[in-house]
Amino acid sequence: MNNFGYTRASDVADAVRQIAADPAAKFIAGGTNLIDLMKENVARPSRLIDITHLPLNKVEETKDGGLRIGALVPNSDLSYHPQIEARYPLLASAILAGASQQLRNMASTGGNLLQRTRCFYFYDTTTPCNKREPGSGCSAIEGINRGHAILGTSKHCIATHPSDMCVALAALEACVLATGKDGERSIKFADFHRLPDDTPNIDTNLRSDEIITAIKLPPKGFAANYSYLKIRDRLSYAFALVSIAVGLDIADGTIKEARLALGGVAHKPWRNHEAEAQLSGAPATRETFMRAAEIELARRGILRTLTQAARGTPQSQADKRIK
Amino acid sequence: MVQASSAVPKQSKKFSAPAKMTASLQVNGVKRTLTIAPWTTLLDALRLYLDLTGTKKGCDHGQCGACTVLVDGRRIYSCLTLAVMKDGAQVTTIEGLAQGSTLHPLQQAFMKHDAFQCGYCTPGQICSAAGLIAEGKAHTADEIRELMSGNICRCGAYPNIVAAIEEVMSGKGAEKSGEAGR
Repeated sequence: MNNFGYTRASDVADAVRQIAADPAAKFIAGGTNLIDLMKENVARPSRLIDITHLPLNKVEETKDGGLRIGALVPNSDLSYHPQIEARYPLLASAILAGASQQLRNMASTGGNLLQRTRCFYFYDTTTPCNKREPGSGCSAIEGINRGHAILGTSKHCIATHPSDMCVALAALEACVLATGKDGERSIKFADFHRLPDDTPNIDTNLRSDEIITAIKLPPKGFAANYSYLKIRDRLSYAFALVSIAVGLDIADGTIKEARLALGGVAHKPWRNHEAEAQLSGAPATRETFMRAAEIELARRGILRTLTQAARGTPQSQADKRIK
Repeated sequence: MVQASSAVPKQSKKFSAPAKMTASLQVNGVKRTLTIAPWTTLLDALRLYLDLTGTKKGCDHGQCGACTVLVDGRRIYSCLTLAVMKDGAQVTTIEGLAQGSTLHPLQQAFMKHDAFQCGYCTPGQICSAAGLIAEGKAHTADEIRELMSGNICRCGAYPNIVAAIEEVMSGKGAEKSGEAGR
């Protein structure tokens, strides 16, 4: 690790002031990704601003009937929170599909959104990487890339966003609350992460002097019919080759509303509006699911996840058999 | 408490001497005050400065689990934790699980079930299992396996590790320490 300074933020305004005054500084909460990147010399912050003492660790009901999740709520606490388990089980399941319990105990809600790609070349400072060093080239495009992006790529970068939690948040249409010099703003989840285009070094639309304070979930949680299916090389504690988050609102055998998002296949969680449109208004049958799954890659995974959600038998994250 | 911003000098572009800071941790029930550089991980602080070498450094990247300790009762990876960030926290390592000469039930069960070969991952496995039991979310062997997946065993002692944890969770067998291990 490089020689860096360490300070604590006393409140959100202080955090914003500190980061604005030192653009090479980084916020640190769980540290599960940042410290690793610092050990690999990929991240070299001038200073770490410790935000773990800020009062951002509550899960609260909002006026519209949704939930507001503080940015510092640990991933493990969120996955086991009674309101999340009961009303947003898709989110609970996606969180439990990711990382290990030790990492989930450490990792924060806000930090999960800001974790960086696990592309091997991004981590290996001896190889070119446009995300790490803009203009140096992409080693993955002609390299080992079976776990890389297949949707929304550019000629500069084929990295994926590694989060499972974010795939569920995309499907649930969450909002990200961020505070900067000009006060708080709300960012739709679909607008939070970026595609690589010609600036793959920029992962999100969060401004450099902003801090994530909370995630807001809308009231609708698709608790009756959902499933999160993660396909990976190892059955636990591995990043997704592809993951599928499905939420269905079914009445009298007809799909009133469908949500479908893919993980591990793009630079951001990949919401599939085309498939959702195919599903909406159609009977919740295998034929409908086959049609929706034909739109894109990951066909078998999508078909299976839709079937699990419609049956009301979501994928268990402990029993590895895919039923 | 470590003082905030004003206490830390601005970093120069050139290499400068480490700005050391003070952190007090309650380690296995004993208050330990450290004067350390901010980049000292909790793992290095335990091993290098507190001579608690039971906690192991495996991958040093949060992928193997050998460095698992309990901080304020929750299992975490000490290799990805900065010691200065845990000022005021309670830390329990493998050295702190036994009560005097009486081993922790998990330590007894690991011996009874031969839940290790080389033993390098064992302190992390046992601390992780203690965290798992405190969480109370695992009720079946499948759930134990899933929630213990953050601890890798290169020798492949997994079936015996699961058996040892199942036994302690069931509340049976822990008292049979007389025959432990053989």
